[in-house]
Amino acid sequence: MTHKHIMPFGLLAKIWLVLLALTGVTVGVASFDFGYLNVLVAMSVASAKALLVVLFFMHLKYENRVLGAFLILVFVILAIFIGFTFFDVAWRPEAGA
Amino acid sequence: MHEPHKDYLGDKFGMWLFLFTEILLFGGLFLLYAIYLHRYPAEFHQGGLELSRLFGAANTVVLITSSFTVALAISALQQGRRGLCQGLLAATIVLAGVFMVNKYFEWSAKIAHGIYPGSPELAQSGGTNIYFGLYYLMTGAHGLHVVIGAAVLAFCMLRIGQGRVTAEDFGLLENGGLYWHLVDLVWIFLFPLFYLIS
Amino acid sequence: MPSPGETVPFLDPLPGRSGITSWIFSTDHKRIGMLYLWCILAMFAVGVVIGVLMRLELIAPGRTIMGAQAYNAMFTLHGVVMVFLFVIPGIPAAFGNILLPLQIGAEDVSFPRLNIFSWWLYLTGAALAVTSLFTGGGPPDTGWTFYVPFSERTTTNVSLAVVAVFILGFSSILTGLNFITTIHRLRAPKMSWGKLPLFVWSLYATAWIQLLATPVLGVTVALVFIERLLGIGLFDPAKGGDPLLYQHLFWIYSHPAVYIMIVPAMGVISEVIPAFARKSIFGYKAIAVSSLAIAFAGSLVWAHHMFTSGMSDTAVLVFSFLTFVVAIPSAVKVFNWVATLYKGSIHLEPPLLFALGFIFLFSVGGLTGLVLGSAGTDIHVHDTYFVVAHFHYVIFGGTGFGLFAAMHFWFPKIFGRMYDRKLANASWYLLVGGFNMLYFPMFLIGLMGMPRRYYDYLPMYQTGHMISTAGSWVLVAGLVTMFWGLSKCLYGPRTVGANPWGAATLEWTLPSPPPHLTFLDPPDEVPSPYSYAGVKRDA
Repeated sequence: MTHKHIMPFGLLAKIWLVLLALTGVTVGVASFDFGYLNVLVAMSVASAKALLVVLFFMHLKYENRVLGAFLILVFVILAIFIGFTFFDVAWRPEAGA
Repeated sequence: MHEPHKDYLGDKFGMWLFLFTEILLFGGLFLLYAIYLHRYPAEFHQGGLELSRLFGAANTVVLITSSFTVALAISALQQGRRGLCQGLLAATIVLAGVFMVNKYFEWSAKIAHGIYPGSPELAQSGGTNIYFGLYYLMTGAHGLHVVIGAAVLAFCMLRIGQGRVTAEDFGLLENGGLYWHLVDLVWIFLFPLFYLIS
Repeated sequence: MPSPGETVPFLDPLPGRSGITSWIFSTDHKRIGMLYLWCILAMFAVGVVIGVLMRLELIAPGRTIMGAQAYNAMFTLHGVVMVFLFVIPGIPAAFGNILLPLQIGAEDVSFPRLNIFSWWLYLTGAALAVTSLFTGGGPPDTGWTFYVPFSERTTTNVSLAVVAVFILGFSSILTGLNFITTIHRLRAPKMSWGKLPLFVWSLYATAWIQLLATPVLGVTVALVFIERLLGIGLFDPAKGGDPLLYQHLFWIYSHPAVYIMIVPAMGVISEVIPAFARKSIFGYKAIAVSSLAIAFAGSLVWAHHMFTSGMSDTAVLVFSFLTFVVAIPSAVKVFNWVATLYKGSIHLEPPLLFALGFIFLFSVGGLTGLVLGSAGTDIHVHDTYFVVAHFHYVIFGGTGFGLFAAMHFWFPKIFGRMYDRKLANASWYLLVGGFNMLYFPMFLIGLMGMPRRYYDYLPMYQTGHMISTAGSWVLVAGLVTMFWGLSKCLYGPRTVGANPWGAATLEWTLPSPPPHLTFLDPPDEVPSPYSYAGVKRDA
């Protein structure tokens, strides 16, 4: 016997439309030059889209909290891997780094 | 042989754990991207100009829509609407095909312009070489997962057709859908990093 | 009327199902664990033989029994076999598979078919690794670490070897996935997290490392393969790449990997010590939490393998500091084990002997890790025999002895027969003596500057090398004696009862050997795993 929480078609459609809109936003913003901020804005919009996909399309909003905690842990670990590597790369002496 | 009891939540949990491994697998490539973006900001911006935003945005819309159709398919099956479910799954697979066709056009165009791993054109600038090397590597790895995901969904269609995945027993489809959403998620990050970085 | 599956020992054939296919396609966790056990012991033997040959070569400077290229291939193979085919699968795949469901009162793991598939992946990886020795340009000579640029350029068969490593990685990932799900979903109803045996806690922490770190190894070796094929240049400075990024990616897996190696062995020790001190484990919560702490902290320190690589001073300082942090949870375990022994009723049986050996040898290895973790002293000893001694003390003295302890603890349960205790004890002396004779001199010649992976060396190091080689022979004598003694478990009448040691975890409530089908229904009552009041030995 499986627990059934059925996602209404209407809700899924709304999420889809928001995702399309955010795609439009991210393309639009990229036409302007904000320097380093461009990457930050692009990643923020991408993260927002990802969150919607994960919470609604992947149903995580309605799942066990432990699962969500583990997902956050995975991203923390990945952030550590990338971030700590920057301790090396960002502080190399200049020439030919 | 004694059959162990089915564990719907356990199966779902296991699938999520597998997705975690895919996140770390792609994560290694994102690590390389992050470091090299930091090292070659100009060449990465330049490289981004050479990619077609139209194709990239179109592919993003295609994948987002395919995630939508797969989510609809699961809901449809849970409501007992088997025919609608199969139709939506077929649409998802078609969208996957569209994505791959677009990718084929993009890659052929680049290769025709002399941009491919080891080409003399790329040898001229280290940063540009790395940018396009990562482009082929990451979109290639992603494309492989698109194909695998489509195969998984096709298998789900088979099982639904056989009556082995039903409105009461739909774990396989849900988990197949989870895999498909991961494919969408990776692209949601790849798209801005390669196409919008200029 | 119980079915045959509930009475026939799992080692014996069921009516109508016999022969090799009932083993290699089995979905029974106990049989799968045995399949892994035979394979890893075979791989251990291969690795030992290579090690003995290496030591023979190094008994004197210059050529002794092989040329330089052959020597490079030998140390590469020794590392690949020992790391990927023996220690990493090691205790979890063999004893974890057999014991995990039993200790939590479950019928099997969550995904039994995935489990046997993992074994087939292991076998495939092993077969491909062996094939790489005899095909392409011959056996890889890069060391098990496959550093670029050499791994990209060497004409030896690195390409096939890294495919093997990729597949072996998947075997490890899927085992981790299976164990995490099993522990979350299939515990007996009354078995709360606070009543889990510490061996299960250790398997849980290890499984998370297997799950999250191994994919990074996968992508790294895939990149080596792709670079060899396409020459993109991601790690090639001439093409804009950075070779240090390979090292970062490699060690992001390979440092957590050493915790995959040691944490299950620590779990074994946490089972053995209380049972043979007849006293509840001191600091259960601290030991359980420390397993998780080691898993997490161990993911933060990888670049301590790279202090001399040319990375930034900032990174050197950060990673050196974090390395000291990760030593703390390991130390917590050692203190708690010793505290458990204090005022216990000590039964100096072979499992406890090997556990004590573990504590001593692992502590020596762990303390020398502090010398390596301090960036300043590491500059002097990096890539010397000091490092070789360090990791053999922690991995062989640690995980190796943990495995020996596991065998002496659980073989009577698995086979239903007791081994020769006199041989076990004798082997222990040979093993500890031989081990120290083999590896301790390496600390000294390392401090004197003897580089690792060197085929030839200056005369000043010869005395140390000679003692070390002689030690390898004593060690091998110990191994032969130990396995000879254990082989008594393989034949004769099965006279061992359910609980020969008087231990308190669930596997000791089952017959020895357990039947094919165990815990079809989970147990109603779940014992406190380290409470020995009223628990009787049933030899």
